[in-house]
Amino acid sequence: MPYLIIGAIVFTLGIFTILYKKNAVGILMGVELVLNSVNINFIAFAKFVDRGISGQVIAIFIIILAAAEAAIALAIILNIYRNKTTVDVTELNEMKN
Amino acid sequence: MEVKEILFYAIAAFTIFSAGLVAFANKLIYSAFALLFTFLGFAGLYVYLSADFLAVTQIIIYVGGILILVLFGVLMTQKIYDLKALAAHNPLWLSLGGALFIALIIALLISTNIWHAVTPKPFEPTTGLIGKAILGDFLIPFEIASILLLGALIGAVYLARAEEKEK
Repeated sequence: MPYLIIGAIVFTLGIFTILYKKNAVGILMGVELVLNSVNINFIAFAKFVDRGISGQVIAIFIIILAAAEAAIALAIILNIYRNKTTVDVTELNEMKN
Repeated sequence: MEVKEILFYAIAAFTIFSAGLVAFANKLIYSAFALLFTFLGFAGLYVYLSADFLAVTQIIIYVGGILILVLFGVLMTQKIYDLKALAAHNPLWLSLGGALFIALIIALLISTNIWHAVTPKPFEPTTGLIGKAILGDFLIPFEIASILLLGALIGAVYLARAEEKEK
């Protein structure tokens, strides 16, 4: 139960970070917070509910996904910065029209 | 037992405080360093959940890998002295409203169900169990994850080098 509450609070803070920051790197930080909070939920259920250990294995896969996602996202962000010298996501509107 | 619980609540408060710092810090570099402490706090909580292997994995991959990447991202994409760009945010009430909406849904979910431990487990090393699970029940997801990592590796190299070729 305390773990679920911690996970919920951090998840909410992560969503807030995604919505609040204009900087693309800041949004990436929010995504990492969300992934971490989901991870702690999985591990809590693996300890208290599951008979096996599946939750921890799924948490490992989430960590793998987070690493791949961070690498790709930062490559894209660096490319955007090279082209436009900004990482403000509200100024990236080339595909609007 | 007492010391254990006090330490647990201290780690929990530490984690939540640094997560809040990530969300509310004005400068992005402060957010990045608060993210470091959030990851460390999560690793401590994993130890309490008898996930020793995951706690170490968390420190190695998140703190040693992802956080370094994020710091690279912050330092390479910031005009460090441009204070206006550093403090740019979306409207506070809008993002706070969205976050509170999510919080309401989760609070409803948590409070309307009864959560209790079904199978209490002893503290024991889990590395062997995880290894058997990965090479047994989870073999196909494991292979798919390795293909995904290969794709991410090639994709990141391609994305980061494409510009130089054109110039």
